[in-house]
Amino acid sequence: MSFVTIESIVASHPFFAGLSEESLRVITARSRQVELPADEIIFHEGEAADHFYLIRSGRVALEVHSPRRGRQTIQTIEGGEILGWSWLVPPYQWRFDARVIDPVEAIELDGRRLRELGEIDHDLGYELYRRFAILIGRRLESTRIQLMDLYGSSN
Amino acid sequence: MAAVIDKPVDPMMPVPYVVKRVRRETHDTFTLEMVPFDGGPPLRFRPGQFNMLYLFGVGEVAISISGDPGDGARLVHTIRAVGMVTKGLERLRAGAVVGVRGPYGRPWPVDEQLGRDLVIVAGGIGLAPLRPAILHLLADRAAYGRIVLLYGTRSPADILYRRQLERWRARFDLDILVTVDRAAVDWRGSVGLVTTLLGRAPFVPEKTTALICGPEIMMRYTMAGLVERGVSEAAIHLSMERNMKCAIGLCGHCQFGPTFICKDGPVYSSPEIAGLLKQREV
Repeated sequence: MSFVTIESIVASHPFFAGLSEESLRVITARSRQVELPADEIIFHEGEAADHFYLIRSGRVALEVHSPRRGRQTIQTIEGGEILGWSWLVPPYQWRFDARVIDPVEAIELDGRRLRELGEIDHDLGYELYRRFAILIGRRLESTRIQLMDLYGSSN
Repeated sequence: MAAVIDKPVDPMMPVPYVVKRVRRETHDTFTLEMVPFDGGPPLRFRPGQFNMLYLFGVGEVAISISGDPGDGARLVHTIRAVGMVTKGLERLRAGAVVGVRGPYGRPWPVDEQLGRDLVIVAGGIGLAPLRPAILHLLADRAAYGRIVLLYGTRSPADILYRRQLERWRARFDLDILVTVDRAAVDWRGSVGLVTTLLGRAPFVPEKTTALICGPEIMMRYTMAGLVERGVSEAAIHLSMERNMKCAIGLCGHCQFGPTFICKDGPVYSSPEIAGLLKQREV
């Protein structure tokens, strides 16, 4: 009988590909599997950002509230994707609300501890910042294209 | 016995068609269903081809055919009302007569894809020129591998062919992922750029052919995303749009670098066109 460990799940994820066994052990040291029902709020804008999530299945909406338009979904994060990078960037606070749309299975990872460890172990810190820089860059690129309103009649 | 000689067809002479139905799709798009004025069969076309629709007294406009190539009864076009001609077409009702020239242009290479996975990426009204390709593939579903439709549009209210997408989803032999650029919280689907769907879509890159239609920027990023995922550039095809006038490669209005989109396109393979897409002034 074989067990699927958190470490093996993380190791097989493309985001963590190429990391050493030691780095994977450190990254998953205080992780846990979580199951989140629909409409659960994972985090609120302004709260301390101490974790991030490897979403295994389900769908999470990043939402922002404005007085005139109410709650708006600005992006969804889905199976196989990473939720949360605010734990890596000062002031370490969530920028948006994250709400579960479709029930989520995820691995919750301890971002605060990894942030602290990265200050000591610069190889680990570099690997984390490099990977998240790519992720943040891609999301910025997507957001910029979305802002162009490509599907409007003038395009 | 005298030989029967076909009357030569003048490619600049529109054939009259009667509007049978005008169907509202979204706030700015509508679908015209037409039949030949003389009661004969409608023109035959290949998926991806376009017609020139002539609104008498107003002007002519190039519109992709969006109907079923296997439908021998109706000629179907989905149109966004943005200019004088298309806004005039939007006001037509059943019984109105429209001039039709066509079909023109190089079609999607659907018949060459037997046994392969098909990834179809549509942005906004770009779903309309891809619809005949999807219907063609579904008519001989067993001949192809996985078929995946990735569709991005502005908002949930802008989703084209919503009922048909729902019916296709219910078939279980077609993967459909839809995303919108913006949505209120009552939308339970995906929000984000259509390229984000590439990472979620189930297909085998090495045996995948991609068909893309949408705004050029969206197509550029989609091509890059497909190549990054492992799809061969030669297996990526896209449909271009330019201001077409004569539709037979004479007037030059639709010239794009060394090609005329009306006769060399509108469907191109990525190696044929990718370099031109990166140039600022072509």
